[in-house]
Amino acid sequence: MSDVQKQAEKATVVLRRQTWEVEAGITARELLKKLNLNPQSYLVTRDGELISEDTIIRPGDKIRLVAVISGG
Amino acid sequence: MPMRCRKCRQKAVINMRQHRLALCKEHYVEWFQHQTERTIKKYKMFRKDEPVLVAVSGGKDSLALWDVLLALGYQADGFYLRLGIDEGIRYSEESYAKIKAFVEQHPGVKLHVVDVKETYGESIPEVARRVQRGKGKPCSVCGLIKRHEMNRVAYELGYPVLATGHNLDDEVAVLFSNTLNWQVGYLARQHPVLPGREGFARKVKPFCRFYERETAAYALLRGIDYMYEECPFSVGANTIYYKELLNKLEEERPGAKLHFYLSFLRAKEKERLFANWQKSQAELHACEQCGQPTSAPGRCAFCRLWPEDVLSKPEEAFVPLTLVAEPEAVK
Repeated sequence: MSDVQKQAEKATVVLRRQTWEVEAGITARELLKKLNLNPQSYLVTRDGELISEDTIIRPGDKIRLVAVISGG
Repeated sequence: MPMRCRKCRQKAVINMRQHRLALCKEHYVEWFQHQTERTIKKYKMFRKDEPVLVAVSGGKDSLALWDVLLALGYQADGFYLRLGIDEGIRYSEESYAKIKAFVEQHPGVKLHVVDVKETYGESIPEVARRVQRGKGKPCSVCGLIKRHEMNRVAYELGYPVLATGHNLDDEVAVLFSNTLNWQVGYLARQHPVLPGREGFARKVKPFCRFYERETAAYALLRGIDYMYEECPFSVGANTIYYKELLNKLEEERPGAKLHFYLSFLRAKEKERLFANWQKSQAELHACEQCGQPTSAPGRCAFCRLWPEDVLSKPEEAFVPLTLVAEPEAVK
């Protein structure tokens, strides 16, 4: 598989100032686990829309994670 | 098989494992508003004919609360305290901008604003650097000033009720911390409603049964543009550490946080846990300077923060700026 094809299989994930490229085909919940993030502490959005934990991440998706913990 | 909304079988956007409930966008917003109303009624927080002052910070919880109360038809106005926190990210300015944007979208609502520096001469970080209480971190000074000013403004402007956006994770983190340290006085006082008394508005927490991810989901689904950045001084705060710890527990045992909080409230109500302690500590004194209730005779902790001349200014100096939501009027 060429580098271009491999890239096409991936989704981009952004959390604040961090960005990851991850393999598509996993669920939103699996994505968080893969990044060592607790699903209780983050919401997952795609194109600005909230998606449920069982939603499959597609190649080329732009995913933004929303940290929900606040306070001091 | 994708997760489906329990009500309409459309694709769900959120699953709440502690309730075994998945909902689509439309039904989640409906459920969230309905549950808020139920909580308000269950704990007898306030009635539709009572004006409510909502303490707003620009964050997801307080703006979501204001949004829900307005959607439910309550007379809800906002109060914002400008703290003067910059720390390179213009934290206070950005927060204020989010609140003003919210106000502009809700014609007719009022926003009362107190600027700490303009009113008392110093911003929160400046006071914290000057006084012993703030040494190291300004959070303690900030909390003290916020509580005093929320109460003062609610009382002076005639709001019988002050509502804050505290969610279940906030409440559980405090409960956990106070239990670890056996802070019996704080445990005795912790409740969704703190009754009003002479000098104190009633304080209520209509979101006390929602998980933090639920208030965030509501804000996202309603398109509320909230302050995503955390206060720069909150980095490393105990509350955040406890919330992360409790979320690890929740991930393994869905419903653990809800059970911890509700069983605590039940123990207080049914078993009269801490009831004797509450009675013995009920006596408060009026502060010699501002008149607000305080635990010891003399000047309260807030008034002791400031030099005498700051607090002896004419009354007009302490009146909040009030913005009314006609888009052109809010600048």
